[in-house]
Amino acid sequence: MFACGVYGFITRKNMIAMLVSLELMLNAVDINFVVFNRYLFPGAFEGMFFTLFAIAIAAAETALAIAIIINIFRAEKNIDVRNLDKMKF
Amino acid sequence: MLTNPLIYFVVIPLLMLAGIGLCNNRNVGAIRAVAVIGSLALLTLSTFLLVDFLGQRAAGADAAMLFVNDTVVWFAPLNIHLAIGVDGISVAMLMLSSIILFTGTFASWKIDQPKEFFLWLILLSTGVFGFFISIDLFTMFMFYEVALIPMYLLIGVWGSGRKNYSAMKLTLMLMGGSAFLMLGLIGIYYHSAADGNLTWNILTIAANDAIPHGWQNFLFPMTFVGFGVLGAMFPFHTWSPDGHASAPTAVSMLHAGVLMKLGGYGCFRVAIYLMPYAAAELSYIFLILTGISVVYGAFCACVKTDLKYINAYSSVSHCGLVLFAILMLNTTAMTGAIMQMLSHGLMTALFFALIGMIYGRTHTREITKMGGLMKIMPFLGVCYVIAGMASLGLPGLSGFVSEMTIFVGSFMHADMFHRVFTIVACCSIVITAVYILRVVGKLLFGPVYDEHHLSLTDAEWWERLSTVTLIIAVAAIGCFPNFFVDLINKTFTPEIFSVLGMTSTAL
Amino acid sequence: MDVTIPILILAIPLTMFLLLGIAGCKMSHRTAGILGCLGMGTVLVLAYYTAAQYFFSGNELFGADGVRLQHIVFNQTWLEFTPTMAIKLGFLLDPISAMMLVVITTISFMVHLYSMGYMRDHHGVYEHGFQRFYAFLSLFSFSMLGLVVATNIFQMYIFWELVGASSYLLIGFYYVKPSAVSASKKAFIVTRFADLGFLIGILILSYYVGNFDFMNLTSSPVASLAETFSVDIAAPQHIAQIFADNAAPVFMGGSVLTWALVLIFMGGMGKSAMMPLHIWLPDAMEGPTPVSALIHAATMVVAGVYLVARLFPLYLMEDTALVIITVVGAITALYAAMVACTQLDIKRVLAFSTISQIAFMMVSLGVARPEHHEALGYMASMFHLFTHAMFKALLFLCAGAIIHAIGSNDYTDMHGLRKYMPITHWTFLIGCLAIAGIIPFSGFFSKDEILSACLGYDWVAYVWMSLVAGLTAFYMFRLYFLIFWWKEHKIHEGHHAPHDQAWTMSLPLIILAAISCVAGFIPFGELVSWNGHPYDFMAHFDWSVAGISLAIAVAGIALAWVMYRRENALPEKFRNAVPALWTWCYHRFYWDELYMFITHKIIFGGICRPLAWFDRNIIDGTMDSFAAVTNKASEAIRPLQSGQIQMYVWYYLIGVLALAGICAACIL
Repeated sequence: MFACGVYGFITRKNMIAMLVSLELMLNAVDINFVVFNRYLFPGAFEGMFFTLFAIAIAAAETALAIAIIINIFRAEKNIDVRNLDKMKF
Repeated sequence: MLTNPLIYFVVIPLLMLAGIGLCNNRNVGAIRAVAVIGSLALLTLSTFLLVDFLGQRAAGADAAMLFVNDTVVWFAPLNIHLAIGVDGISVAMLMLSSIILFTGTFASWKIDQPKEFFLWLILLSTGVFGFFISIDLFTMFMFYEVALIPMYLLIGVWGSGRKNYSAMKLTLMLMGGSAFLMLGLIGIYYHSAADGNLTWNILTIAANDAIPHGWQNFLFPMTFVGFGVLGAMFPFHTWSPDGHASAPTAVSMLHAGVLMKLGGYGCFRVAIYLMPYAAAELSYIFLILTGISVVYGAFCACVKTDLKYINAYSSVSHCGLVLFAILMLNTTAMTGAIMQMLSHGLMTALFFALIGMIYGRTHTREITKMGGLMKIMPFLGVCYVIAGMASLGLPGLSGFVSEMTIFVGSFMHADMFHRVFTIVACCSIVITAVYILRVVGKLLFGPVYDEHHLSLTDAEWWERLSTVTLIIAVAAIGCFPNFFVDLINKTFTPEIFSVLGMTSTAL
Repeated sequence: MDVTIPILILAIPLTMFLLLGIAGCKMSHRTAGILGCLGMGTVLVLAYYTAAQYFFSGNELFGADGVRLQHIVFNQTWLEFTPTMAIKLGFLLDPISAMMLVVITTISFMVHLYSMGYMRDHHGVYEHGFQRFYAFLSLFSFSMLGLVVATNIFQMYIFWELVGASSYLLIGFYYVKPSAVSASKKAFIVTRFADLGFLIGILILSYYVGNFDFMNLTSSPVASLAETFSVDIAAPQHIAQIFADNAAPVFMGGSVLTWALVLIFMGGMGKSAMMPLHIWLPDAMEGPTPVSALIHAATMVVAGVYLVARLFPLYLMEDTALVIITVVGAITALYAAMVACTQLDIKRVLAFSTISQIAFMMVSLGVARPEHHEALGYMASMFHLFTHAMFKALLFLCAGAIIHAIGSNDYTDMHGLRKYMPITHWTFLIGCLAIAGIIPFSGFFSKDEILSACLGYDWVAYVWMSLVAGLTAFYMFRLYFLIFWWKEHKIHEGHHAPHDQAWTMSLPLIILAAISCVAGFIPFGELVSWNGHPYDFMAHFDWSVAGISLAIAVAGIALAWVMYRRENALPEKFRNAVPALWTWCYHRFYWDELYMFITHKIIFGGICRPLAWFDRNIIDGTMDSFAAVTNKASEAIRPLQSGQIQMYVWYYLIGVLALAGICAACIL
């Protein structure tokens, strides 16, 4: 699932799709946290808590990212990531 | 701290900065007034310092440095102090700097955008004065950088010709030197004391004498090259012709007259004073380099046709002689080196001032496009001849005194290597005569080359004031050298040499 | 002795220089000239007084038991190198410095006076820069006086440079003329080159000896006398000892002392225009004629002779150095005499004649040995210096009067002037007779002494120098006949007939002519000798030598009479008989061309230009290429910063995988 996310992030041109891929990666990591926590340290809950934090932050991040993407769309009239190289050196 | 007269060498320029900053952009008169009053105050201050210094020496104060104050702590964890103090050499250098700042102010009387120009110029001189009064390596280095950076803007904005290129080149090369220097200074700091009380204070470091010899051999070239770049040592001199050629008059004056002396002074004060073993061991490498500088610069000057290039190469030659003499490591030659710094500072400032004045009238610096100017502007012509005579070492003017002291001092080494290089350096007096007379002959004498020049006017009062002051200073050194030799000589206290068991007076 | 007068002798010309140099443009030409003359006149009186005091007062500081001593009137430290080595400025009185004081002030005063007339045109309008001219003359007089009274070799070097500079300024007085500018430049640079040798010589000598004082260099230390600043001149055995103690390091086949002395002599060769450093002197004639008379005939150019004479006790210890001096002098004498026979410009003839006569003095010093008549050559040399200064200044001033009247330097524009300028004619004739060595004019005596000194040394030297003496008589009378006889003077349309000049110009001629007539009878040997012991020329006068030299001189004059008294074809025939020789002489043996080649082609073209190129392209190129490489490198890595976020993720991913791989490799 993580690899799918990475693949999607690198190959998609559409920023929304990239965002989706990013969410995929995050969720993959979250699941990893939960699963490893459960099997390796059954008595502890840090992995669970961390996942909850990550979900909350991911939500905020997504909101921010979508806001940025909308702004970019307004300015550029498209959301193809390859056109966005204006800030390079 | 404020009772120490030395600190005012930094305070006055800072006040001048504030004063000029407050002036209205268009109020040229007020800006000039602040600059003149300030530089006059500095000149007076340095004169008083000289008198006071000599008085104290006469009264038997025989410490290596006088007016020492190292109580102000800047940054305790690294033991950085704002430590100040002077010896005869610094006093002489302060005197030189204030004379050149004073005359430079008059030489840039009609500059464009005076406010910004004077701000940067005075910032530069703050660095210069600060450098000469510091005895703390860190603050010394800081002032050194303060002196270098304004040069970029001064040349880049007020310069002529390929000014951006020259400014960039000059700054980058000097910064490259600074990088070496910084490494060297940090190295010195970490070996400054055997017992772990690390210090930046030059006097303490010299007294501790704790730098291991192996480290000295590594740090000495670092610091010597670092300062040597500014002292236009071959092969790191190429910033100088371009930089001087592009710089405006007063900047050339300050740069060749004072900033290049920072290099020589630093080489002496840091590289040799603190690491005499390495100096003795490695001097031969740098003797070869500086020996080459001396004749090489002179030969190059022989074929250049741009007045400023000629003078820049002549500076390479003369400053090479300074470093050459310092490396001879005996009192006489070192005294000569300091004399040469003074002498070269004054006469090269005079040269650049005159070139600036001539350029301001004819709008060319090519000697092939001028001729017979003596007839048109006799005052400037006579001054130029005097400057030339000083440069080629006419007795009665400053060049002779310093060169002879250097040669006599250098000749005290009896081995073949030193002999040969001394004789090579002596040859420069002939080559100098060749290029000086070539310029004088083409530029001033002969028939008038360009008829448009016939309508040009001779010097204005501020130009006269500027040149005459410098000529008087040049003649004063040339006629009463013993005064200056005494002043400087008292600095070479035997301790410097006894570290090594080196011959302090050779014979 | 009171120090006021010696100080005044130096201070007055210096003051005059500063006064006329700074305030000169504010005063009228006439005032400046009169001030200059008055100043020099005062110095003249003071110098005569000092010399008279030295020679005749019987003061025990100046002489004891009939032996003349060296006396230091004052000696002030000027620049201290080490506690023992210091440049001092002082005033040394001994026979030769006292004599030189007289020579310099006499000629200088005559020239000051003469220039009042010379430096104005036919309408009496003063030349532009008249005040400057007097200022430079004063500067020169100051420097030359300082040179001769130097108490140490470095003081001599200082004033040596100063006379060089004032000579530069005076040769280039007409600075608008390109030829004058290049002549002055040449003079300065050639002598500067020679001074380099002088300087190195001083450095070597002072390194071993430990100080610069003549007292130490040229006399035996006598404790009691040394305290009174008066010492006996003698062979300085302690110096020889110093060099022997240093195991006399040998460098390129000569001992260090030889090298030092030869290098110091090189300085003398430059100033005294010995071959091969003579090329500046003929060109120096571009300066105003009074300057040529003062500097390039009478005073500055004999500085080299004076230098050797001053260090004579040292030179005595090194036979090699003296032989070199003799050989250089002999070759120069013959060369200059040959060239003088062919030149057109009358000032150039006189210039070559000066070179030749100075070479006489050099030879005379070179052959002087105490074994032979108490170093007769030394006295003869100094005597010739004295007489030559007078008659050569006279000849130059006459030439100046003629040039002023005619407006040209070429004798082809002159001819037959004897009717128009009687005073100039007679004084010129006296000068020619003196230089040719006809009894009883002064040149006869001094030249005769030189020839007998040569004979006492080696007969080759004697024959050689006699030949040169004959040539001297010939070319001087050639010049005389061509100027004053040959054919009637042709006066161009609209020109005045040439005439004798104003009294300011004629008076010096007459005075100098009078001196040239009687100076031979001065008992010179009693006044000046190398070790202060009086020597009577007349008691040792050798009539056979005198007779032969007289005969040779008369023969030379007779030949000139035959060839040049009336317009005829003989000179033309002679020229065609030996065309190669004549051409070489006329072109001064192509020395100038050789020097041009060396300086322009080799030094400028072969060293300076390549070095400048090297500097701009290699050294600077390296520095620039550092910058260029930095630029290129940043250009090269710039595309990595593509702005493509997905590229960055790729890099990141690769990095992470690589790190993980490395970690895994480490763990496993």
